[in-house]
Formats: sequence, C-alpha cells, structure tokens
Amino acid sequence: MEKRFIYADNAATTAVSEEVLNAMLPHFTKAYGNASSIYKLGRDAQKDVEEARAKVAKAIGADPKEIFFTSCGSESDNWAIKGVAENMAKKGKKHIITSVFEHHAVLHTCEYLEKHGFEVTYIPVSPDGFVSPEDVKNAIREDTALVTIMYANNEIGTIQPIEEIAKVCKEKKVIFHTDAVQAVGHVDIDVKKQGIDMLSLSGHKIHAQKGIGALYVRKGIVLPNLIHGGGQERSKRAGTENVPAIVGLGVAIENATKNISKKNSVIIPRRNRLIDGILKLPYTRLNGDRDKRLAGNLNISIEGIEGESLLLMLDMNGICASSGSACTSGSLDPSHVLLAIGLKHEVAHGSLRLSIEEDVTDEDVDYILEIIPKVVDRLRSMSPVWEKMMKGENYE
Amino acid sequence: MMYSEKVLDHFSNPRNVGEIENADGVGEIGNAKCGDIMKMYLKIDDGIITDAKFKTFGCGAAVATSSMATELIKGKSIEDALKLTNDAVVEALDGLPAVKVHCSVLAEQAVRSALSDYYTRQGIDPLPIVGEIKEPEE
Repeated sequence: MEKRFIYADNAATTAVSEEVLNAMLPHFTKAYGNASSIYKLGRDAQKDVEEARAKVAKAIGADPKEIFFTSCGSESDNWAIKGVAENMAKKGKKHIITSVFEHHAVLHTCEYLEKHGFEVTYIPVSPDGFVSPEDVKNAIREDTALVTIMYANNEIGTIQPIEEIAKVCKEKKVIFHTDAVQAVGHVDIDVKKQGIDMLSLSGHKIHAQKGIGALYVRKGIVLPNLIHGGGQERSKRAGTENVPAIVGLGVAIENATKNISKKNSVIIPRRNRLIDGILKLPYTRLNGDRDKRLAGNLNISIEGIEGESLLLMLDMNGICASSGSACTSGSLDPSHVLLAIGLKHEVAHGSLRLSIEEDVTDEDVDYILEIIPKVVDRLRSMSPVWEKMMKGENYE
Repeated sequence: MMYSEKVLDHFSNPRNVGEIENADGVGEIGNAKCGDIMKMYLKIDDGIITDAKFKTFGCGAAVATSSMATELIKGKSIEDALKLTNDAVVEALDGLPAVKVHCSVLAEQAVRSALSDYYTRQGIDPLPIVGEIKEPEE
C-alpha cells in the first residue's frame, strides 16, 4: 500500500485556497495603500475593504455596517462578551449564560468576568452533544446580560439549536451571541432569519489566512471600542486595516458559503463510511449525534489507547488528525467537551477527531480505514489498559 | 510541540515492548484517568537485570521514556538501576518538552516499582532499599 498524505484536520485550520491567495497577492506589492489615505491608492484599498465587508455580510445575511474585522475568532468572542458585559454592568446586569462545552475563547473570557464580579451560568449539554433551549430559557434572569452559545462544537461537531435559543433570548430581551467559527461555510447561516444578535467567525477555518476574523454586531447594539486610536472599523477597532487578509476573507467566505448543501452531499457519505469503518473496531463509540453534526466531522473514542500516541502513529502514515486527550491539550485533564457529554476520563483520552472536506477522496477514506485498525491494534497490543480490559479486570 | 528525533524513534520503534513470563519483578505506575500507565517486567539473576520489558498506555513521551528506561537498566546491577533518575532518561532522549517531563518520572518510578516487587517476592522489605514509590498526582 502506497503511503498517502491526507489532511483530515480542517477544524484546526485549512490551507489558503489558490483563489484567495491570488486575490490577496496584489495587495502586498502593488495595491498596498493605507485605506485611510486620500489618494487613489488609498481609496482603492478602502474600496476593497468595503467590498470584502459586503461579502462577509452577505454570507451570513447581515448588513455590511454590522460587520467588524478582527484578527481572529478568539478576538471576536472576547470583544463580544466583554463588550456586552461592560455595557450591561452599567444597568446592573451582571449575569452571563453560556454552555460547559464552549471553545476556550468563550469559557476563559467568562471565567475572567467571574473574577470581575460577574456571575456565569454554565448550561450542561446532553449526552449526544446539545444545549437545550429550554435550559437556556430557565437560566435567564432579570439581570442576565448575555447568552453566548456556540453554533457548532469544535470537537464533536454537533450543531446547536441556534434558532430556538435565539428565540428564547429574544422573548426575554437578552442579547444572544454565537461563536460560529466552526459553522460558517458548513451550514447555512442567516443572522436575521435566525435572530442572532452577534456572531464570531474566523478566516483560517474557511481557506483564508490565519490572523483574520470578523464579528457581526446587530444594528442597535453598540459595543465599547476594542482598540482606541484611529477611525478604522468606525473607530471601534483602531489600527491600520490588514487589507490583504480582509480581501482574502471576503473571497474565502463567498466561496465557502455557496453550494454548501452540494459540498456536504459529497462529504457526508465519505464521513459516514469513516464512522462505520472505525466503529467496526471493538470498544469504540461515536461522540456526538450522528446526524446533527458538521458534515466533515467525526469524533470517536477508541478504548485502551491514548490519543496522542494514535495521532503520532497516524502522522507516520501521512494522516493529520486531532484528539481530545490530555496529552494534546497540555494538561492532565482530557477534553472538557468529551467530559461534558459524560465520557469517563480514560475513554476521553483515547479520542480521535477527523474533520474532512471534499479533497479527501473515496480512495483516501479506504486508506484511512486500512491504517487505523493496524495502528489501533499495535497500540492496544502494548497497552496495559487493554490487557486488563481483555481480562475483565478493573483498570481505573 | 517538539519531540526530539530520539523520542520519535523510541516511540515508533520502542525497545523491549512486551511481557516477561515468570518475571522476577513486576511494577505498575500511573492510572488510566491521568492518561498514563506503565507496566515494567524485570528478569534478575545474581543481582543483575538480565532482561526488562514494558507495556505502556500513554502518549508518545510515555512510550519513549518507558523504552529508554528499559534500555538504560538492562544488563545493569540492581544498585545501578536504583540510581536511574528521570533526568537521565530525559537526557538519553535528547530532552523532552516541559509538559512531558512527568512521563520520565513515571518511567523512573516504574523501574523502582518493579524492583520493589522483586524484593517483596524475596521476602525482603523493599522500603529501606527502594524507598517510597511516588504515584502521579491526579
């Protein structure tokens, strides 16, 4: 069997597409004007920035005036949450609702606010990976400033009932923010129809470069300025615009959001074949609901082995993947997401996440399904945990 | 995270993987909850470790440190094996990322745990010779 190179970690990052790169390139050496300058070179840059803003807005059903460029998804999350918190604290509202399995950009921001006098309710998630709108509704109080729930989970890919959660928030007149970093380009988003007040997105997950993101802020919500300085981003986020990155994001999001269902119809059967193939191994389980998940995502726990070892072995076979093991998170605890859906520590350590796009072919799927059982067998054969499991002994 | 070539080599071609039937000392350290378990088997003749094998559940560094630790004690006297430190394992692997140094401590303790078992089997109290075995903190 010939060794292949398969990139199956698109939830971590993606390659910049040729089209995006080509759109960006002139902005480095020819169209390099400062978008604030008065001469044509500057005015052209300004025009390109605004065109990109319009593309981002269109991709999520917003108005261009509601889009602010940031440096990444984490910045968008930080700004949205801390910004609303600051505003609402003045009205005596110092309660925030989020879920236990948010991205750390949200969780750690909430923890920061807890240290500054805010109270945070962390909504639990169901074993199949969903936040219940009813739970959100019940958690809303008189002093609730913000609800922030992710659109799709970055590890297990489950797509949250965003519209229902937004509806609950609207009824209670609470601002609703969603971290849609993993969702944009994979599900159809329309912030107006869905009633979303604020939305974070990131460029490098959709074939733009790293270091560019955006925050949608519904008209009527006025966030405090994030960076004080010049008049960029309507003075809300000063600093000379990263024109090439912004232009790239515009092209990337336009491409990512067209033909989503067509793309998914190619990816889903391949993803399902991977799921079924890996689940043939004994002592494995799929994490997160099988259907209401991102098209390219699969997350499977493989008992008796540890995730980082698995990733290293897959890498030696040319497969790039991800895991929720403690060793890959740099702490002793495995993924908070896997623990949140009820996995035991020892099971969470052995998880594997693949996130594929259309470029992963049927032949690639065959290859992955040939490699994984071999690698798992090898790791299990040297695992004292597996040995005990096979003997029916306690290994906890 | 950067693993040295040597760590990757010991991970992908681990030395001395497996079990020893009728081992003279068997030690186990760690727990599955933390994500690392090492099991060490020793064959000891006349105070010399004539064979060492291991089984490990854990990350790349856990496998590599187990592999290196068995290499470092094979053919050595018990006295020398007891002098094995986690630093020596790290050094022999050309270093470990800071977050992985605890794996080398596990490897050191796995050896001591196996030697402790050896003494117990001999009817000798291992504590004065081997000292306390440090289990990793949860």
